[in-house]
Amino acid sequence: MTPKTVTLALALWAGLPAAGMAQSITGAGSTLAAPLYQKWAEAAAAPTGVTLNYQAVGSGAGQKLIFQRTVDFGASDGPVPAAKLAQNALLQFPTVIGAEDVVVNLPGVKADQLRLTGKLVSAIYMGKITNWQDKAIAAVNPGLTLPDLAIAPVYRADGSGTTFVFTSYLSKVDPEFKSSVGAGNAVSWPAGTGSKGNAGVAGAVKSTTGALGYVESAYATLNHLTTTQLQSHDGAFLKPSLETFAAAAASADWGAAPHFAVDINDQPGANSWPIVTTTFVLLPTNPANPTHSAAVIKLFGWAFDNGDAIARGLQYIPLPDKVKSQVRAAWKTLK
Amino acid sequence: MQQFDSVARTKRHDRGVGDRIFKAVAYGSGIFVLALLGAIIVLLFIGGLPEFRSAGISFLTSTSWNPVTEKFGAVVAVYGTVVCAVLALILAVPLAFGIAYFLTELAPSWSRREIGTAVELLAAVPSIIYGMWGYFELAPWLNRTIEPWLGHTLGEIPGIAPLFKPVAGNASIFTAAIVLAVMITPFIAATMRDVFLTVPPMFKESAFGVGCTNWEVMRRIVLPYTRASVVGGIMLGLGRALGETMAVTFVIGNSNRISSSIFAPGNTIASLVALEFPEADQGSLHLSALLALGFILFVISFIVLAISRLLLNQQARA
Repeated sequence: MTPKTVTLALALWAGLPAAGMAQSITGAGSTLAAPLYQKWAEAAAAPTGVTLNYQAVGSGAGQKLIFQRTVDFGASDGPVPAAKLAQNALLQFPTVIGAEDVVVNLPGVKADQLRLTGKLVSAIYMGKITNWQDKAIAAVNPGLTLPDLAIAPVYRADGSGTTFVFTSYLSKVDPEFKSSVGAGNAVSWPAGTGSKGNAGVAGAVKSTTGALGYVESAYATLNHLTTTQLQSHDGAFLKPSLETFAAAAASADWGAAPHFAVDINDQPGANSWPIVTTTFVLLPTNPANPTHSAAVIKLFGWAFDNGDAIARGLQYIPLPDKVKSQVRAAWKTLK
Repeated sequence: MQQFDSVARTKRHDRGVGDRIFKAVAYGSGIFVLALLGAIIVLLFIGGLPEFRSAGISFLTSTSWNPVTEKFGAVVAVYGTVVCAVLALILAVPLAFGIAYFLTELAPSWSRREIGTAVELLAAVPSIIYGMWGYFELAPWLNRTIEPWLGHTLGEIPGIAPLFKPVAGNASIFTAAIVLAVMITPFIAATMRDVFLTVPPMFKESAFGVGCTNWEVMRRIVLPYTRASVVGGIMLGLGRALGETMAVTFVIGNSNRISSSIFAPGNTIASLVALEFPEADQGSLHLSALLALGFILFVISFIVLAISRLLLNQQARA
């Protein structure tokens, strides 16, 4: 081996990994979107060369971490207020749409048999309806015999974007819930017991006869929970399904909302599932490390083009094409 | 005496560098612990200050815990913490005493080591395991069997009936107290066994010699001799019960309401802080209220320790 070839080999050895080296980015926040981001990143690693380290620490913590610039992007289920976005120099864009199901544990009641309205769910969580044989429940469920059982409502005990979306929905359909409880990541529940995480709520509903709870749709499917029909804005009773979720997403008025902060709960439309949410990514407009920000955009750009099937497989709804192009336009403002 | 002292001191000075370093390290460690404790208290207080300012005395008297309207009160969490810990102690102390007594006096000698090791192993089980066991196995079982039974028996007695009123749902203060009792029993039992073994055999043999029964020996000889350490062991257990987070979170139901029934869900300070801390916004009153709760937990632990010291001192004097 001549010295020349050695030098050449060393140069190759040193140069190759640099050329093909994966760009590593970090993100943190939403637990609702975590399974999807992880799958997306896995699939995108080879074509884009971007590897993602995502920590599902919760939406609030995700916001905190991106405010402090500890991570390359933050992820939040609830939109960040415009003033805070400006103050922290952040671009907010939606990535996917998720739905929530109301689930029950009732002997003899199968999935999607029980019908509930937003007002009924709200009354149950406020402790006003306490038995499954209540007349108000029977009124919307003709032909279904319900057991003489106390209702045990279950909620998320930890602060959570899932709770934010659910309480926003209840506040929207029931003015009394809005004034006495309100919407938030954690609220003061007048009745029921709390469990930690989507998985905790799913577990509590499974182990408690007479329980009712709300979970992100994927968890209801994974845990084989008994889902219920919910009344849509237009009055029809709908089963939770990808079609009804997608109908809700399509009917939202995306153009009007600044920073994509559209509330897509309880949308009009014959087939619109009532409890739906967008989940957001927060990206610095003045990144300390522009190549990392570019890699974040590369990853989500790939996901917008190729990730719809993965999203549907996990019970998420891809953004409508119109919204995707609006988001792409917003990315251009960064460069 | 004075002379002795000064001689000893000059000698100590002569011993050289090693001694001085050792002295500095020992002093430093002691002061470090004190400083750390002080710093934690001060930081918790400063963190909680916005909430103390905004709510004033009502933070200590209000039963509301509402992150939406930012109205916070410590009563529910303090109530849950204290009730759970006290119930757990009521259940755990007799059990631990029984274990310790059995191991030191009654157990055949071949079984002492085995059972003793088993008790120590119980103390080493991580709290998340207790939480999961409590959540998946114990809570549904209690809800099916013990709770209705207590409701039909103790719940029929006028006066205390509301305490045992049935409530829908598995998770409750009662379940949390039982899980806590199981968790702290090994601690208390291990301490009690160790201190029972320190009683000089001659004392016990003399008592047996004058015709005392097993119980009389325990009551008149062993307990008075080991009182301080027994109380210390119980306080160790109480301390763990007050601060336990993970296992309690699983089984207590995490509701921020006070209910008369012990079968209703509740919350403890540690559990509430652990659950809401990650989603409390930076600089918000919510975060401040959680830190203020931490400060209050500190104060409660301090009061418990002070009371136990006081009891011991009084007994020692009497």
